[in-house]
Amino acid sequence: MSRNRIFLLTGLLVTLLLAGVVSSFASSAPDGLDAAARKGCTFDAQGNITGGDCLAKRAADNQTADSPLADYGIRGLDGPLSTGLAGAIGVLVTLGVGYGVFRLVRRRPTSVG
Amino acid sequence: MDAQAMHISNGLIDAPVSAAFAALAVAALTFCVLRARHDLDERLAPMAGLVAAFIFAVQMLNFPVLPGVSGHLLGGALAAMLVGPWVGALCVTVVLVVQALLFADGGVTALGLNVTNMALLGTAAGYLVIVALLRLRIPLFATALLASVISVLVAAQGFVLEYALGGGNGLSVGAMFAAMSGSHLLIGLGEGLITAVTVAAVARSRPDLVYALRRRPVESSSDRHVVQGAPHVA
Repeated sequence: MSRNRIFLLTGLLVTLLLAGVVSSFASSAPDGLDAAARKGCTFDAQGNITGGDCLAKRAADNQTADSPLADYGIRGLDGPLSTGLAGAIGVLVTLGVGYGVFRLVRRRPTSVG
Repeated sequence: MDAQAMHISNGLIDAPVSAAFAALAVAALTFCVLRARHDLDERLAPMAGLVAAFIFAVQMLNFPVLPGVSGHLLGGALAAMLVGPWVGALCVTVVLVVQALLFADGGVTALGLNVTNMALLGTAAGYLVIVALLRLRIPLFATALLASVISVLVAAQGFVLEYALGGGNGLSVGAMFAAMSGSHLLIGLGEGLITAVTVAAVARSRPDLVYALRRRPVESSSDRHVVQGAPHVA
């Protein structure tokens, strides 16, 4: 196996472990952007706005809110398995889309019409 | 509710401003594609795919920065380090598009805003800092750390600008600037550590795969060549 292939496979393995396993230990607190958007409002335990005024009040549903992978989980599954599987799928899809895009963009030894 | 990697949702920034930034993003990405062509060869294409996948994975790993506030890697500086600014901006864009379309993270209408902040501003700022610091012979680890902090802070200011132009409710623009800058300084430090460790690991095993180290004199001592000369600018 070439050095390049070993490097890429090792990198992919690490990446899958991060998205598939480590992701379940991630903080579930709002991130910096979300926290700023929530400033000024009060929330209940479910995260619904109960009062005040804040940027988050303007939030509309994302077009893909019904995606079976919405919010980094597999619809119908709960817990670490759901997050991990969704993460692993995301890694493979991103790798595939990225590789496809970059192969299309790359320069070729001879130009192909 | 999981709050992993929450990008700008639909509705936060009004439609005209979102559309304007989408147009800006498409124009800038077209330019990136044209420039990326020079950098992408048979070897870099799979590496760039892996960088995109790695950024996707690490964006899921929210770490705490303040009580009740987390942060996650944005990835611009990491991408600029490993695959250069043009391919790097495209890597982060691929991540954001996959997140918006499959994971409902970041609105589709807001994609231009998110791409502008994280893929364009974050990668550009990170790359400019990388070029400057490596020219000053700052070691690779410190360069990656500082480039990440600046990259994240600049990306956060992109949001503040978009908020000023098309946001509303709640905070004044000044208060939004303060909130975003404070949290993203800490997020940038976390991102800096992740980026520096990752780049150091790649540089140790395959320095030839680190874009920022290309076309520099390689010395026998494995740590010296990383601070020599200027990075190759395509």
